[in-house]
Amino acid sequence: MNKMIELIIDDEKIIIEEGKTILEAARKANIYIPSLCYHPSQTIKANCRLCLIEIEGYSKLVTSCSTKAEPNMVVRTNSDSVKKARKITLELLLSNHDFNCSICSREDNCELKKVVDKEGINDSRFLSFFTKKPIDNTNPSIIRDINKCIKCGRCIEVCKNVQGLNILEEMSRSHKMMVGIPRGKYLSDILCTFCGQCSSVCPVAAITEKDDINKVWLAINNPVKHVIVQVAPAVRVSIGEMFGLEAGHNVTGKIVTSLRRLGFNNVYDTNFAADLTIVEESYELFKRVKEGGVLPMITSCSPGWINYIEQYHPELLEHVSSCKSPQQMFGAIAKTYYSEQLKRKPENIFVVSIMPCTAKKYEASREEMKSDGVNPDIDAVLTTREFAKMIKQSQIDFLNLEDGNFDDPFGFSTGAGTIFGNTGGVMEAALRTFYEMATGKALANIDFKDVRGLKGFKEAVIDLGDKKVKVAVVHSLLNAKKIINMLKENRADYAFIEVMCCEGGCIGGGGQPYNNQVDVKQKRIDALYHLDEAKEIRKSHQNPFIEKLYKEFLIEPHSDIAKKLLHTTYNDRKNKPEV
Amino acid sequence: MDIKKIIEEKGKKPENAIQILKEVQKINNYKYLSSPQIKIIADELGLSESKIVSLLSFYTLITEKYRGKYVIQICTNVSCYVNGSNNIVKEFEKELGIKMGETTSDGLFTLEYTSCIGCCNIAPAIRIGNKKFGELTPQKIQAIISKCRENL
Repeated sequence: MNKMIELIIDDEKIIIEEGKTILEAARKANIYIPSLCYHPSQTIKANCRLCLIEIEGYSKLVTSCSTKAEPNMVVRTNSDSVKKARKITLELLLSNHDFNCSICSREDNCELKKVVDKEGINDSRFLSFFTKKPIDNTNPSIIRDINKCIKCGRCIEVCKNVQGLNILEEMSRSHKMMVGIPRGKYLSDILCTFCGQCSSVCPVAAITEKDDINKVWLAINNPVKHVIVQVAPAVRVSIGEMFGLEAGHNVTGKIVTSLRRLGFNNVYDTNFAADLTIVEESYELFKRVKEGGVLPMITSCSPGWINYIEQYHPELLEHVSSCKSPQQMFGAIAKTYYSEQLKRKPENIFVVSIMPCTAKKYEASREEMKSDGVNPDIDAVLTTREFAKMIKQSQIDFLNLEDGNFDDPFGFSTGAGTIFGNTGGVMEAALRTFYEMATGKALANIDFKDVRGLKGFKEAVIDLGDKKVKVAVVHSLLNAKKIINMLKENRADYAFIEVMCCEGGCIGGGGQPYNNQVDVKQKRIDALYHLDEAKEIRKSHQNPFIEKLYKEFLIEPHSDIAKKLLHTTYNDRKNKPEV
Repeated sequence: MDIKKIIEEKGKKPENAIQILKEVQKINNYKYLSSPQIKIIADELGLSESKIVSLLSFYTLITEKYRGKYVIQICTNVSCYVNGSNNIVKEFEKELGIKMGETTSDGLFTLEYTSCIGCCNIAPAIRIGNKKFGELTPQKIQAIISKCRENL
């Protein structure tokens, strides 16, 4: 353990590890210092200048986020000069900000508004030099409103250091500096994967998910439409945070009840579709291993990852599993099998999915994702944040709701489907089924601990009796790049690779509640594994409703109808048309 | 010269990006870098296109915007500013019939701002290509423009 040091902030003695910053010391002691560019899981930028403080013996004010705490320092966070400096900084920020707060999508969780409220600023003394610039809203996933940007640089860092894409960059210099993209104004013109990580770190509403709430309300209020909804595994352990619960709180029951209150006709579970994905995907792997197909096989459930490989490394697409993601498998089954059972036309069934992801919005809009060739299988995708907003719009007292249960038949799921929401989960779920397919024996110890955890690159060896297979798990596109390089250099001797676009898997997705930090992600992951352990059935192929679905409709994995509905194709999208 | 050859020569490392960009711009007569050129440089150096465009937008010596034969760069820093660089800008805009940042329709002149060019002793100063002109007044501008035209 590091040496502890003692310093004084606002007359309070604080003991903290050596090497921590003054801001961290203050946060630990619950002393308020405003900040906008600081983010616990990012590097120090010190560009918003809001966390200025006064240190005895220093001639100037310093930024507390970038100054290390030293023994016996005497710090003031509320002195006159600090207050004045803070006020000027904020007023300058506001003089170039589109502060239409009442109609802004961030409403109650805008970091800038919180700081302005706390500092009691009513007006900016500076002449506003704000001019409205066009909004980037041409893609189905993300809206970029540069008018709201405060140039903190969090989005640039996450795009560069976590995802390794560096799509967003600082353009121009001095007061003309803007966060931007090359040439064309729109994210749809360049090789953006729509992972939405930028939107989950943005302190204001400069980058947000595309709002589809109204589309859903319209469908709910349309008597012709039968509106059904599926909820992704990662949502249930994170949405509580939007209502003040601690990270990792499982609120599945409340989600179901709130969805019923909102007016959805039936509430289903994406975990069911995840089980279906596992059966199809494991069978594909089994076939590839047995028949000498292209190995390693790579998972295909993360739409951000699919966008990445299609746009950056299309030559490796044959490695990607042809299985659709659980969201799309659910949509395809809903618009065919379910519609037959219900005796309703597919176009009168409106399928909503609640996802931790912004790229899912893009996935749902793809041409390949229309079972009948006309209507999309998934009609609307809401992120976790949008869903929480919908609950708040309806004045539902979420925390005091009774627990409800998912509807049958698509509400029953196994533990394997549940852990789809975190890194290593798809791998573990697939191995549970693949092992039994390959060996014909029952798997005794179903916990594959090697593939769990937040390590960026995980490996494991699975003993199949007569042979051993190597598997790998990566998350975040920066780590995906490592696997891609290994593949290109023929160093990847794996049979199966799981890739998740976002750090931590879906629980760290771009549509998740704000404060997507490492400790929060770990808690969400732990909660999913608890859910898995609590399930009676923990292997996807043993899900009785999946067995029934195959018996009544799909016949067997990779049957003609399964191939038509549950599998897809990918395209080379490396060269976008020149703008 | 071939772009890839320039990159080999300067060293295929991200930290050499600015030198490479300057050299490649020479291919286009010091005017600008085209988007295919930017794409090649980005791919070769393992940087994103955004990063390269960001560099181009930061430095005034390199640009991705098409510029005229004569790029008139007017210093905006303090010494030039207090010595009336604003009037110089106005005069140029009037004489050339274009606004700051634009290029004349005959493709001859582009007006640009630049940061300090180290000519504070002869402020207000401008730079056209490698030549510097100092101690300017609005009256001297027409002469500079006709001198450029004569050089055709």
